[in-house]
Amino acid sequence: MPDLEARKVIEVGYAGNERLVMNMGPQHPSAHGVFRAILTLEGETIVAVDAVIGYLHRCHEKLGETLTYVQYPSIASKTDYVAAMTSELAYVLAAEKIGQIEVPKRAQYLRVIAAELQRIASHCLWLGTWCMDMGGALGGGATVFLYCFRERETLLDLFEALTGARLLYGFHQVGGTRYDLPAGWAERCRSTVDLIERRIDEYEAMLEGNPFFLARTRGVGVISRELAQEVGVSGPLIRGSGVAYDIRRAEPYSSYEAFDFKVPVETEGDCWARYRVRMVEFRESIGIVRQALEGLPPGPISSRPGVKSVGQVRIGKGETYARVEGPRGEVGCYLVADGSAKPYRMKWRGASFSNLSVLPHIVPGHKVADVVAIMGSVDPVFGEVDR
Amino acid sequence: MAPAVRDLIAAFVLLNGVIGAVTYVTLLERKFTARMQSRIGPYRVGPHGLLQPIADALKLMMKEDVVPAMSDRWVYNLAPLAFLLPCVLVFGTIPFAPGLGLADLNIGLLFFLAVSALEIVGLFMGGWGSNNKYALLSAMRAVNQIISYDLPFIFAALIPVVLSGTLRLGGIVEAQQGGWYVAYPVIGQLGFLAYLIAMLAAENRVPFDILEAESELVAGFRVEYSGMKFALIQLAEYAHVIATSYLGALLFLGGWLGPGPSWLGAIWFTLKALAVFLLVTWVRWSFVRIRVDQILAISWKLLLPVTLTLLLAAAFVVTYQGGGGVG
Repeated sequence: MPDLEARKVIEVGYAGNERLVMNMGPQHPSAHGVFRAILTLEGETIVAVDAVIGYLHRCHEKLGETLTYVQYPSIASKTDYVAAMTSELAYVLAAEKIGQIEVPKRAQYLRVIAAELQRIASHCLWLGTWCMDMGGALGGGATVFLYCFRERETLLDLFEALTGARLLYGFHQVGGTRYDLPAGWAERCRSTVDLIERRIDEYEAMLEGNPFFLARTRGVGVISRELAQEVGVSGPLIRGSGVAYDIRRAEPYSSYEAFDFKVPVETEGDCWARYRVRMVEFRESIGIVRQALEGLPPGPISSRPGVKSVGQVRIGKGETYARVEGPRGEVGCYLVADGSAKPYRMKWRGASFSNLSVLPHIVPGHKVADVVAIMGSVDPVFGEVDR
Repeated sequence: MAPAVRDLIAAFVLLNGVIGAVTYVTLLERKFTARMQSRIGPYRVGPHGLLQPIADALKLMMKEDVVPAMSDRWVYNLAPLAFLLPCVLVFGTIPFAPGLGLADLNIGLLFFLAVSALEIVGLFMGGWGSNNKYALLSAMRAVNQIISYDLPFIFAALIPVVLSGTLRLGGIVEAQQGGWYVAYPVIGQLGFLAYLIAMLAAENRVPFDILEAESELVAGFRVEYSGMKFALIQLAEYAHVIATSYLGALLFLGGWLGPGPSWLGAIWFTLKALAVFLLVTWVRWSFVRIRVDQILAISWKLLLPVTLTLLLAAAFVVTYQGGGGVG
């Protein structure tokens, strides 16, 4: 296979010569989206893996140059459609940074609430699909999956009440947020996160005491601290490898410095460590949502008037890189503005893309079944990988 | 009526009974699972979804039968039958109540174990004949797994044989008049547990369903099958599950023994078998699948020594206490 050679696939040593090349994807039950992994197998053991991406490329960055600052936030949510709030936030933060636009305190808190609820919803989806990868759609995995979706549903209901949409929100706008909390929403949100907190205990009871779950995750897909830093993974992956790096803490945006939360770190770097990090993040996010609802300041939700025309926001010349901590890691937006209503150039840094690039380093040497466990623990969203 | 004709009719009734029961057991599993997963389950076809299995069967019959162009046609086409035959054949030896059964052979258990082990042939034929890499890997895993788990399965099933001193399934039930073997101190409980684990593995159900492993191997050995052939494979799999559930109820839970008049025997037996089935289903829908090397490790390092020790312990007890054995 010539293109396999050209790409310098990382290989582990093997003794025999009976190899089987097997495609996992682009259409495959375990692919979280469309991803193709060309596995070279020797028996059950993987000798090499070659990852092929790009099946979901939609010219997002070019699209960013043709849409105005008013239009694009709703499109930005389509890069990572599982955590739509995050990429919207990165985009508007970049625009605000260039234009030096003030964001009212209330809007900042609303953004935090949205981002953290989004993190919980995204982690719900991750846990469900990951367990389904390991446990099968006809097994215990499907049970966890349906439980997680039950909880995610309550969060989507909250988003629907807030923005009118359930998947792609268009909640953020340059200068603030587009919507304020509807009447009674805060109460509903509190009871929802209370419920989810109890349910997380149930998930942990179901999974952590389960020897099969431990056998599938402990010591599987170990990312060493050095490898994590070298490849540039972020989010739960790097925190699972012993690096306490969280942009909310390292470079606070949107008033994150005002909240009290832990940055969970595990040192093993395996699937289990990443699982633990995310489970703690569930609880920390719930804590942040509670604090934000508690201390929600009164005032306007945006420093700019509401949307009247698509070209109403003009940003002065300049370029910047804004980044936020998404559920999957660092989501960055590089923006060059030329003074018009549209950016001159934009570029996404997707967390999933960088995280996924660790796969060829860690997969060889594992068994076929471990590929899906590792893939799931990386939690890629291919809208964000391919953009 | 000539005995041959009578046997033929009995076989016909049993075969159709098994197929009907198996179809409805799928509904039971779906309803049970739905409750576990806070869903409702099939509800639209008939009252409470009672006609769902029939709708499913009709749908599968009407599906196009696709044969992959590069497949090994004979092997591919024969595989579902080779898989179904042993799974249904084992019902022939199960006595559902005293005198109610096709043939209560004096080597009934041996027949059951030998025939049910034959399913691997059909499985491997399917995996090989499909000419598909997923199916091939699955067939490879199947051979690995079934060979490793047949031994503990057989050893666990032999414990009641040692305790009762007979291979005849009816005889094993009669020997449990004094107390079900699951109540036999230590040996009975551990034996039943080992039987359940080995049964899960022999039936390829989660957590041991690496053959099917749809998140890795799509659907394993049956990935290329469609329509009626797929239905036959599905049928065979469920028939095997039900057969081993009946066997478990017979070996450890006292078969048809139960309070009430003797004609209730078959009902007691079926209820016990369904209890075993639901226990296995419960495990299936709460665990994650384990890896192929871990499956083999569990079998060879844990299950095989345990069942072998239990078997020897049972033999020891029988020899020195004189319980049951034919002497």
